[in-house]
Amino acid sequence: MTDTPNDPKASGWYGEKYSANLKKRHKSERLFRRLGLSAILIALGLLGILLFSIVGKGYTAFIQTYITLDITFSESVIDKDGTRDPVKMRSASYGNLVRDALRKEFPEVTQRRDLRALFGLVSKDATQQLRKMIAADPSLIGKTIPVRMLASDDVDMFEKGYISRDVVQDDRRVKDNELEWLDALQADGAISTHFNTRFFTGGDSREPEMAGIWGAMVGSFYTLIVTFLISFPIGVMSAIYLEEFAPKNKLTDIIEVNINNLAAVPSIVFGLLGLAIFLNVAHLPRSAPLVGGMTLALMTLPTIIIASRAAIRAVPDSIRQAALGLGASPQQAAFHHILPLAMPGILTGTIIGLSQALGETAPLLMIGMVAFIADIPGGVFDPATVMPVQIFLWADSPERAFVEKTSGAIMVLLGFLIFMNAIAVVLRKKFERRW
Amino acid sequence: MLNKTLGLAIVASVAFAGQALARDQIRIVGSSTVFPFSTAVAEEFGTKGTFKTPVVESTGSGGGLKLFCAGVGTEHPDITNASRRIKVSEVEKCAAAGVTDITEVKIGFDGIVLANSKAAKPVELTKKQIFQALAKQVPVDGKLVDNPYQKWSDIDPSLPDTKIEVLGPPPTSGTRDAFVELAMEGGAKKFDTLKALRKSDKKAFKSVAHAIREDGAFIEAGENDNLIVQKLVANPAALGIFGFSFLDQNADRIQGGVVGGVEPTFENISKGDYGISRSLYFYVKGAHVGKVPGIEEFVAEFTSEDTFGEFGYLTDKGLIPLSEADRAKIRADATSMAKLKMM
Repeated sequence: MTDTPNDPKASGWYGEKYSANLKKRHKSERLFRRLGLSAILIALGLLGILLFSIVGKGYTAFIQTYITLDITFSESVIDKDGTRDPVKMRSASYGNLVRDALRKEFPEVTQRRDLRALFGLVSKDATQQLRKMIAADPSLIGKTIPVRMLASDDVDMFEKGYISRDVVQDDRRVKDNELEWLDALQADGAISTHFNTRFFTGGDSREPEMAGIWGAMVGSFYTLIVTFLISFPIGVMSAIYLEEFAPKNKLTDIIEVNINNLAAVPSIVFGLLGLAIFLNVAHLPRSAPLVGGMTLALMTLPTIIIASRAAIRAVPDSIRQAALGLGASPQQAAFHHILPLAMPGILTGTIIGLSQALGETAPLLMIGMVAFIADIPGGVFDPATVMPVQIFLWADSPERAFVEKTSGAIMVLLGFLIFMNAIAVVLRKKFERRW
Repeated sequence: MLNKTLGLAIVASVAFAGQALARDQIRIVGSSTVFPFSTAVAEEFGTKGTFKTPVVESTGSGGGLKLFCAGVGTEHPDITNASRRIKVSEVEKCAAAGVTDITEVKIGFDGIVLANSKAAKPVELTKKQIFQALAKQVPVDGKLVDNPYQKWSDIDPSLPDTKIEVLGPPPTSGTRDAFVELAMEGGAKKFDTLKALRKSDKKAFKSVAHAIREDGAFIEAGENDNLIVQKLVANPAALGIFGFSFLDQNADRIQGGVVGGVEPTFENISKGDYGISRSLYFYVKGAHVGKVPGIEEFVAEFTSEDTFGEFGYLTDKGLIPLSEADRAKIRADATSMAKLKMM
């Protein structure tokens, strides 16, 4: 022992070799932490950019420009014979009322071309609106009242500042004379902006100012209900059977591998399957939420089975043994004890699977749900579209005003996804048991 | 109990399916180029209140004709839109499935524009230059070589000294088909060697004329024309290829390039002066007329002067109308459901 150097730092915990090693390990530790942190920061940054650009472009979709005009519900236009026959009154030309009001406001406009531009300030929807007003209250005939009507999409874009005044007239969607009229209306206080309720209550339309996402939301709702009703029972039952009852042999191994594979199959493949089976063999109607839901159920099934199996496996064996020991049959043990305990995990998996289905468009392309459908679907057999498809269709439309509508719809869809995932988190937090 | 509910469910679904088969709503499929026009007419038709709003699917011209020709019966569509004329092979396929009675309706023109950002100088090209800029192989001194041009000025000294960078649609798009057929093929014909090749071997000519370069000068920007517009605004050096309606809507940010000395304006396209324009069609299944309510009325609505006329609402959506004489003839043919004759 006398040979060892007196300096304690030279060996053991203080040895040079050791301290170099320690330094290296600390360095790699710091590097790893920094890498991890920067990965998270980059992800957050990108998410921030995405949200910022969507919200920045889309928040204006929730407000809409209106023009208020004094409309004279003249009897000569609506009801020539004075019979007050609702069928006749419905087919009257209500566009004339709007045109008359605009003519009265701007008597100096006489040229056909200019008049066309002038009438174009008010949305086509005004005709429908006035028709509905008269249908609801025929006593309006003969009166003159101010009516707030939707402005056309170009006017709306201009009022929101998307169309600049400074551009040369030829390159501007809103021409000089239209600007003049708009300024005059503005001076009268006839132009106003309001919350765009129609965006949340209307169906799709080719006129951006009239387009709404309610039709797509209802379509998504029906589709997801069908998806849930099919995939949840089948998924949970398969998971219980595979975990609790199935013998462990080659066959179940193959099934397990296949389920895992199915979870990774591109979704368009399920669309092709849906087209081949549900449309070509079963002759179910095209574009129906029933078929969409069934197709998406095929896609969601593997996710639900895998999540449910994991949740069932997490239930401690002691509970199973105790139930069986007290005389419960395996079925009773599974349904009375294991399933309730596994339910939070199963539901979490189901909700995640469903929110995946909510954002899916590719499989729906094959079964005709990528379509223009103006009517709100009334059931699972009516033609319908879903929210992501609506976003896709709007993003592809030439009209400038659809840009903000697209972003607005994305915000609504994101809202739903966050809501669904929040439910999953709450369910897990509330019912989760730790052993 | 379980058996009973299951039985009921099956009976109910069969009953519903049966009900769904007797359709009271027109179903339209087909071209994504005609989609904005078809949907606008469908909506107008629906708001008139007598019939339900038709369902319009955007499947592409080829996909639409495939569905259309699958057979007669309410599970098949009544009308298909196309951004090109129906092919003889498709008519034969239709006939094989029993779809023999087809009415063709030409609705107007669509121009394809080469545009760039307003921040840059306007472009002026000939079809020959377009071919030289975008083809995979070009003839140099009589021999076909891989496209050597990197800058516009390499093609012609009068063109700007900037890199060739063109954003365009992918091969699945109808716009791309029309562009290749009208602009690229038109440009290729200007070369004597290729012209000779066209006479001797049409297939070989097409494979040269239709091949777009893959070395990065031509960038496939996806089916979404709005995206191309946004990219052009962000990158003034680039050119983009898309439909006229997108130029019409974004004229404050982008400008259409002059092709062969003609500007892509509404008037020039409708007169037929602008070189890269195509006709748009829809096809009606005669066997469904009278079975599905509203088909005749829908066709009448589509071909009315208020719709596809010079001041009709489709022109607001970017459709370029036919001449007045053509419109009158087409209206007469369409409303009488004249049968399609291939020439």
